[in-house]
Formats: sequence, structure tokens, C-alpha cells
Amino acid sequence: MSNPLSDMEKPDVIFAIGTNMTECHPVAATRLKRALRNGAKMIVADPRRIPLAEMADLYLPLRVGSDVALLLGMAHVIAREGLIDQEFLETRTTGSEQFLAHVAEFTPEWAESICGVPAADIEQAAKWYGAAERGAIYYTLGITEHICGVDNVQSLCNLVLMTGNIGRPGTGINPMRGQNNIQGAGDCGAIPANFPGFQPVTDPANQAKFEKLYGKKVDLERGITKVRALERAAEKTMKAMLIVGENTAVSDPDRKHCEHALTSLDHLVVIDIFPNETTALADVVLPATAWGETDGVYTNTERRVQRVRQAVPPQGEARPEWWIIAQIAKRCGIPGFEYESAKDVFNELCSVSPIYRGLDWDRIDKGEYHWPVPEAGHPGTPVLHETEFKNGRGVFTVVGYRDPAEVVDDDYPVWLTTGRRLQNYHTRTMTGRASGIDYLQPEEFLEVHPDNVTAWGLEDGGMCRMSSSRGSIEIRVRATDKSPRGTVFCSFGFGDVRVNDLTGSGYDPVTETAELKVCPVRLERV
Amino acid sequence: MTQTSDAIEARTASQTTIVLDGTEVPFCDGETLYEISRRHRKEVPTLCYDDRLDAFGACRLCVVEVDGFRNPVASCTTKATPGMVVRSTSETLERHRKTLMELVVSENTGGSARNGNIDVDPLRGLKSQELSNLATRYEVDGTRFAGATSGKSRQDDGNPFILRDYDKCISCYRCVRVCAEREGDYAISVMNRGFHTQITTEFDSKLEDSACTFCGQCVQTCPTGALADRKALRDAETPGELKKTRTVCPYCGVGCSVDMLSKGDKIVGIHPAMDGPANQGALCIKGQYAFDFIQHPDRLQTPMIRASNGQLVPATWDEALDRAAAGFLAANRDHGRHSIYAIASGRAPHESAYSVQKFIRAGFASNHVDNCSRA
Ligand code: SF4
Ligand code: SF4
Ligand code: FES
Repeated sequence: MSNPLSDMEKPDVIFAIGTNMTECHPVAATRLKRALRNGAKMIVADPRRIPLAEMADLYLPLRVGSDVALLLGMAHVIAREGLIDQEFLETRTTGSEQFLAHVAEFTPEWAESICGVPAADIEQAAKWYGAAERGAIYYTLGITEHICGVDNVQSLCNLVLMTGNIGRPGTGINPMRGQNNIQGAGDCGAIPANFPGFQPVTDPANQAKFEKLYGKKVDLERGITKVRALERAAEKTMKAMLIVGENTAVSDPDRKHCEHALTSLDHLVVIDIFPNETTALADVVLPATAWGETDGVYTNTERRVQRVRQAVPPQGEARPEWWIIAQIAKRCGIPGFEYESAKDVFNELCSVSPIYRGLDWDRIDKGEYHWPVPEAGHPGTPVLHETEFKNGRGVFTVVGYRDPAEVVDDDYPVWLTTGRRLQNYHTRTMTGRASGIDYLQPEEFLEVHPDNVTAWGLEDGGMCRMSSSRGSIEIRVRATDKSPRGTVFCSFGFGDVRVNDLTGSGYDPVTETAELKVCPVRLERV
Repeated sequence: MTQTSDAIEARTASQTTIVLDGTEVPFCDGETLYEISRRHRKEVPTLCYDDRLDAFGACRLCVVEVDGFRNPVASCTTKATPGMVVRSTSETLERHRKTLMELVVSENTGGSARNGNIDVDPLRGLKSQELSNLATRYEVDGTRFAGATSGKSRQDDGNPFILRDYDKCISCYRCVRVCAEREGDYAISVMNRGFHTQITTEFDSKLEDSACTFCGQCVQTCPTGALADRKALRDAETPGELKKTRTVCPYCGVGCSVDMLSKGDKIVGIHPAMDGPANQGALCIKGQYAFDFIQHPDRLQTPMIRASNGQLVPATWDEALDRAAAGFLAANRDHGRHSIYAIASGRAPHESAYSVQKFIRAGFASNHVDNCSRA
């Protein structure tokens, strides 16, 4: 997030797109509710009539995967109505001429023809956001898990750059992270393109620095993403894999392909807290300590660096992941793993990462710092881009609309979109084992508009078979007008309803994030 | 914290002060007499007050004397004005407070109030002992105004999280207000007035049939334990001292601070951290109630390796670690550094992800590392 969570109470116009915030980030949503109580206006764009949509002043029910069209239409109106922040445009951005010429073509009427939102509502949304004193954008995986995920994000950035809604309290562009420490995993350099602290691996200065730090030649090329690695495993050119705390076999799209890839490896080591479909395929399974059993650090969605602490002893022989990995490294003859504690590891991270340089284990005791914290004594950076962007000026990107990798047709006439529910989390390895949670949602169900339930010969509460070109599953039907006509929804939380057997039609060409949000399917009563 | 520094600013800026118990003290615009008193460590009792909520002024326990006012005023709703002369305690005030407490405790039939011993298990909720602490302070036992009680228990509400023991309710409305003001859920409401007041859900239904999201905020603000944490109370009889450990919720990226409650080796519950920087005391159902997965019997207990017959069998750490290392060394030797890949976790702490990437980069001169973007 460019702005802190506390800022969520401050905007006068909120634009929430592709985020089911009341269910996925409930405590953040309470802040938005307070902004609404203070008189803020809210625009919600989502294919489903989610709870946030019920609270909105303007709800834009767009067709799944058509975000770019909607956002182009909005940019067109902002330009046409003279709502551009000229001073911001001139002093802080580049590429506006090309961009403005591009959007002149895309009227709200054109956008309506693609995304299905009435042109008048697109105009209204653009006018509100464009005229906002403090306009803030919030989004999550509903924006990124598409083949055009990067285009979606860039389209949002374009709106921000046009209107100057950034760098001030109550504004900004704010992705909400789904997992407790997914931000931290990136901060730590567990990504193929960056050393810790988002230092590009292809920059010779960084290469020299890490060669010195790690006492070893470094790779001059970026690594490959997880998606490609699984492909190579299936082709038998990737041979050994270490997987920590991820049920790769079911959480990734196209489950059959994943299982095949993992079984094709010569050597699979899995570190986790529970047995699952992935540990079942491993050659070595190592039990890790869980939350509450180990000391460590998480970074939340607002870049706040916070400590977690051990309260109870580990179960069985479980050990902290850093200890386990250090032991393997030592046995491989890799130097630099002589850690005594989590504190040692974290302090080393701080010493190699420019965004953490001003932090250490003791300094983050109370969790008051947002990175970057470039040196000791620095107060941290709750609001990003106050006076300039990371690389100087904000760059407009010319983005065009593309159809999803697969679109509905006669064989698969229904859009399936997936996500998360309030009570359950991911593949339920955790919530599924917490007592009481099943009381509220004992099984997964498919949300179908009542009209469609009748029209397609389904039964509310009955079972149906849902098929895509990759596979088929059985799932219980629930009639609800949360789903728009022609689009159905379920979560990917329950292992016995293998939704990711169906998904996985394509990947974003830049990030290789899977298109999990859109998948054409067919439904039949069973 | 901020109030203190604001107050210092106020002193230097405008010199607006009141006289509190004979001492001149500064205040900032909009501060209430209660806030000023608390800042100066005056022990003004409260029951309907929760500093995250709009002041309500219902219990009148927080009354103070102000010169020029004939009757004592509720300090939680009265804003300071320059020159006010305020007494936070006096014999009259203490007598008044004691009488009020006697009235309140008489409403509270639960927890053997009648023999002067209101014993509330702290597992009921974060603020559940407020009333019993005040009862002790004012030495009241509820015998003076025996009779009316408000509400009736909802034994039929079998939800696994929230116990609704309205015999203990004192009608402070904190649960209703936190639900409306902080959560924006409006799941709980108030029926009737006076001794007939009853806290209920919309349409008097069970919570699961209401707008309730089971965030547990009502439980955590209730000053009597009338709303209680049913999950934590399972361990009421578990021996051992209750220990609190400050940590962060393991679920979503909001990063809410919590105090993990444990007895001996067992995790028994969660309290929201009122000073948590990301959540300021708020939690959702996952952070509040989905904590016990870590001690589920399914946990992996020992290292395992695949035996020659294809089965995963338990092994010692040495055996398993040797085997893990050998496989990576063999792949590196036979197929080169780019035949090895690692996926770090987005749920484990930093130390895990940092070690994983260092293992690949420093170990094999490779950038073949990623994390689970969705699992
Ligand atoms: S249930 Fe608790 S919080 Fe709610 S009104 Fe009664 S005493 Fe107050
Ligand atoms: S309590 Fe809820 S909102 Fe807060 S971090 Fe946990 S899952 Fe997220
Ligand atoms: S605390 Fe002031 S009236 Fe209840």
C-alpha cells in the first residue's frame, strides 16, 4: 500500500475494485466503514454483489476480466471533463501526451459494450474520483489474478497519475495483501528478480555487493518464476525442489499438471506444519514450528514491520524454518549459516537491505515502522511517493483491452470466478483445523443467480457437476443474487472440492501470475 | 500517547487550563473531563466507557464535581472549558458511586454477586473483570437492591464462539456500540428500557442468523463477562497460570496485533491488542477464534524420509537433513545449478524466506527462487 491503514478513514472518495474487503480483510474494511460514516463516497467495482457493493454509493457490476475497459472509459471521462491535475501532470509524470491521445478513443459507451456497466455510471464514477480532494484506490487479487493483471494495475496507476491522488494522507494506490507475510517474503528477496530489499539481480552494483556478502559468485541472470519451474519439472529439466509452507499440489492452478510436475522431480524436500497433498509427494518432509511457537517478523500490507513471538513450545520435534534451512545449507557446505537465533537472521537481513537498513530486531519491538527506513533514526515511511516516485517521475502506460485467455462459448457458456470467504482461509490447512469454524461453513458451495438456477435446471441446495476444458468437479448449488446472471462463484478453500482442477487457462506475461479469477465452465445437474 | 504530546503543545500554545483536584492542568480542545483526569492518573470509575467508542453517559459512575454546577456531571461526556474547577473525588462522590455500584451489581445475578464475591474468569473476555474489580473497590455485594435483572440467557444459541449469559448484563450498551461504531455491522440491538432492557440481535434471533460476523468485539468490550468467549472458556479448568504473549495474527495481510493466551504448554485463547498499531483493538473471526490449529493432532511431529519401499517413514533429524542435502548436491553435480529450485512461504516469518533465498543464491549461484503468491 502506498498509504497506511489508518489513512483508510480519511478519503472523501473511495474506489474499491476487485476487493471483497469485508470478507478478506475485515479489519481494514471497518476503517472504510468509518470513512463512510464521516461522509466519504464509495465506488465499488466487482462482478459480484459483494457486501462492500451493498454499502457503495455507486456499484459497477463489471463482467469478469473486463477491468481494463472500465478503467479506460473512466480515464476518457476524466480527461474530457477537465478533471486532470495539470500541475501534478507537468511536475511529477511523463508520457501523458501519448496516454491522453490513446484514451480519447475509448468512450464510456465503448467501455459499456465490453464490461457491461452502463456508460452513465462509468461517467459518474470518473467524475467523483476525478474531482476528489482525497481519492483512494483499494484492490486485491481481483485485479492481479488475470492474464492482464499488470495491465489492470497500470490502468489504475494511470488514473492516479491523471488526478494526482497520491503522496498525501487519504489518497494513494493500495493493494491489500492476502497473506500475513507475503509482503515480507518479497522484502526478503524470495523472488527471482530481486535480492533482499528489491535490489535487482541484474544490476552489476548489486551483484558485486552480494558476491562480497555471500562469498560466492552470483547469478547474473534473473531466475525463473514458480510457474516456469513447475513446467521445467514436468519436462524433467528441473530436478530438485525445496518447498516451504505451500501446498503447491492443490493451491496452484491446473492441479493435474502440478501433481505431474512434482512427481517428475528427482528430489523434493517439503518443510511444513501439516501433512498435505504436497508432503505426500516429497522425498523428505521436515516439520516446522507454527505461529505461536517461534519468534520472527512479519511485514503487513502497509509495509509495517512487526514481531511475532513464541508463546508455547513446538509440537513434537518441530523446528523453526531458518534452523532447518541452515542445517541443510551447512550439510551442503554453504558458508554463512551460523545463526543462533531468529534475531541473528533478521539482523543480517537488515544489514543487506536498503529498505531495512535503519531497523534491527530490538527497534521493531513495538511495530511502529513502515519501510523504507533507510538509516537508524529515520522515522519510517507511512506514505510513499510524497514528493517523487522511486525512479523520479510517474510514467503513464498505454494499455489496451484484451479478452481473458478463455472466453465463454457454446461448450462452456458460464463464467466461473473464485476467491475467499470470511471464515476460511486459503486451502484451510489452518482454519479447517480450528474448532468451531466448520459450524459456520461446513462445506463449499457454488453461488448461482436464482434466475440461472431455474434456467439451467439446477436445484438450490442440490449438487451439480461443473466442468471446464481441464476437468470437472461436483459441488453444491446455492441460489443467491450476490452472483450476477451468467457468472458463478466459489472459493478454493476445500480440498474435496478441487476448484483448481478447473482453473489455469493462462498467465500474465509479465508476472506469470495465474488467471485464477476467470474460467469458462459448464454446469449440469447431478 | 498522542494526547500527552498534544497536551504539551496545548500548554505552550494557548495556556488553556482547568483546576483538577486543586492543581492547574492544561488540556486540548475537545478533551473531556474524564480524559484529562485519566491522564493525571485520577481513578475515576467507569462502566459504559470504552475509549474507542463515542462517549455515552449512561452509567453515571464517572461523575465529578464542577464548581458552578449544582449536580455532579458525567466526566466522560463533559468537555473541559477554560477555568473549570473540578474535583474527581470527594466523600459525596464516593458515596454516590457506591450507591450506583450497589444498584448495578444487584442487576448482575451471575457470578455469586450476592455473597460479595463476583468472580469472573479472565478467559471470558479482555474487559470482563471491570465490574468485579469495581465491586471490590466499592465493597458492594448487591444485597441492597435485590430483585430486577436485565435480560435472560440465550442457552439455545449454540454458536461455538460467543456465550450469551445475559443474567450478568448491566445494560451498558458497549456491545451494541462497538458493533455499530467500530465494526459497522449493526448485528446487536437493544430491546425495551429500564429493568426490562435486553441486549439482543436484530429480530431477537440467534447470532448466526443475524448480521453477526463473529469478530468477537462485543465479547472483548463487555465489562461483566455477560458476553463471553466460549472457546477460551473450554480451558477455564485447565491448570496453570494465564500467560499473555504479544504477537501478530497469522492470517491476512492487515497484521492485527493480538495477545496470545496460554496456560502451561497450551494455547487457550486470543485477546485483541488495544494498542496494536494496525488494528487498534479490532479483530475478525479468524484472528479472534481460529487460533487452535497449531495444536491440532494432525501436526507433523517428526522428520520423514521416503523409504526404499516408497513409503514415507519417520526419521531422525540427522538422517532427514543428510538426505535433504544429498539430493540437492546430487542435482547440482549431475544437472547443474539451474536444476534446483526453491519456493518460500508467504506465511512463515521473514527469517524463513530470507534463509531460503540465501540457500539458493549463496549455495548454487542461482536466482531460482520464488514465493507462494497464493496458497
Ligand atoms: S452484554 Fe455486556 S457489553 Fe452488552 S450491554 Fe450487557 S454488560 Fe454491556
Ligand atoms: S484478525 Fe482478521 S483482519 Fe486482522 S490480520 Fe487476522 S485475518 Fe486479517
Ligand atoms: S462512564 Fe461516564 S457515564 Fe458511564
